[in-house]
Amino acid sequence: MSESIVIAETNNGQVSPITGELVSAAISLGTTPMVVIPCTDSSIADGTGFEGVSKVMAVKGGCFANYDAASWAEAIDAAAPNGTIIGAATPQSKDLVARIAARRNISVVQDVVAINGNNLTSPIYSGKAMQTVAVNGDVAISVRANIFASAGQASSEVSVIDQSGDVATAVKDVIARASSRLDVSEANIIISGGRGMGSPDNFSHLEKIADVLGAAVGASRAAVDTWDDIPHSMQVGQTGKTVNPNLYIAVGISGAIQHLAGMRSSKYIVAINKDADAPIFAHADYGIVSTWEEALPVLESALSAMMA
Amino acid sequence: MPNIVVLVKRVPDTNARIVINGDRVDLSAVKWVISPYDEFAIETALQHKESAGGTVTAVTLGPSDSDKILKDAKAIGVDDIVRVWDDSWGELDSNAIQSALANAISELGAEVVYCGKTAADTGAGSTGPGVAERLGWASVSNIIDAEFSGGITVHAPTDKGTEVISVSGNAVISCDKGSVKVRKPNVKGIMMAKKAQVNLMSVSAPASTIQVVSQSSPPAKPEGKMFNGGSSAEEVAKLLRDEANVI
Repeated sequence: MSESIVIAETNNGQVSPITGELVSAAISLGTTPMVVIPCTDSSIADGTGFEGVSKVMAVKGGCFANYDAASWAEAIDAAAPNGTIIGAATPQSKDLVARIAARRNISVVQDVVAINGNNLTSPIYSGKAMQTVAVNGDVAISVRANIFASAGQASSEVSVIDQSGDVATAVKDVIARASSRLDVSEANIIISGGRGMGSPDNFSHLEKIADVLGAAVGASRAAVDTWDDIPHSMQVGQTGKTVNPNLYIAVGISGAIQHLAGMRSSKYIVAINKDADAPIFAHADYGIVSTWEEALPVLESALSAMMA
Repeated sequence: MPNIVVLVKRVPDTNARIVINGDRVDLSAVKWVISPYDEFAIETALQHKESAGGTVTAVTLGPSDSDKILKDAKAIGVDDIVRVWDDSWGELDSNAIQSALANAISELGAEVVYCGKTAADTGAGSTGPGVAERLGWASVSNIIDAEFSGGITVHAPTDKGTEVISVSGNAVISCDKGSVKVRKPNVKGIMMAKKAQVNLMSVSAPASTIQVVSQSSPPAKPEGKMFNGGSSAEEVAKLLRDEANVI
């Protein structure tokens, strides 16, 4: 079996669970993956291991303190120069795998949702269609979350290599997020509001449920465009963020193509809308024809009782 | 004074219905537009020029049907329009496209390149970072704001917050929707665009190693369960726990 390289996702000094999904994707491709962890402190690799991997390699370098595409690609490519590259379909890792692919003059396939031999399937036209491509030889791919079952944890051989790259950009400042809330792109559960919420103040009712579930709060483009208080960072849809959480709750959202494009691949979709003919219901696993004023308090108390 | 290039791509209008015919999408009836994020790239490029001087050249890769979007870019205010193509090309993979664009950008002598964060058709977002790597340049992706006093400073959201990043040297910068308002073409711009000449550029590109096997409609979802009235939210909460197992 040929070798492949899984680029671990990390968050707050820990290897993120999605890394196990990437290992499974690599094995589905018929490769034996090596897990590469970009880091400034190699202790992050301690105890990291998965079934089916050849080894885990912490690539330690000063350049990994902040994301800089050029130096990350240089350092990772130098540490692991051969094989197909597999990363997560997060904004940063999509960017990184594209850069590493270009470095090696190989092609890149982003947002992979199915692997069948050498055939890779990704959504195109914002999920309005699917495309399957055949790849020959090494490629770089990014894999969507919540598609592949995570590889089991196991003890793996861990090595550490010092490797840095020439940093081409400088982070001068980080403006903290206005909200301490989870971002929609990081959440397993999202509750979103549309213009049907009536006013931005009413998003507080969504926030209450988000607090119960540990969810992020999102919004439709109509809501973002209508109300200045709803920032673009909350927007789910074609010109906002594409998400595929385990659960997506759409409240007062009619289901314009624009919005569906950003959330239709969610595992479960709940829609609450007073209009029984709203297009969102065609995509919902559970649809509730009701005003949000009636449905949300019931939903909140039922969920609170369950999570207690 | 910077030689600025902005990459643009012709895509179906994002409100278009995508029809499948056999095992390919049928785009014969869609309206074609500049990919929406590319409009933010054009705006950012024009603001850069207004601040630092120089020229803005819009570059696309494609056959002659892409001339229309180049003229649209000209109407908005770019100085020159260039189309990269070779009639022997068919379907190109990312490696071929990025190589061709990087060759064109080198030939044009550009120092900074703006592009959309993704194209509305593939949604991949590979072109910006890929072109930068081939040129040996820096790249910053998904920016929401840019300033041009004393070099280029951009704002890019990350999971920690919004990073303020200074870019020194040549760079490819991909643009997300941010605070910038995209300018619309005025009458003078539209008149100038009509007369504008598309400069054809022929460059080399490697053979593609990725082939499209099929395109299809997304898998249909099984029909959902519908409930009437707000009180049914309690039942739905139970189903989320017991049937869907997502909470």
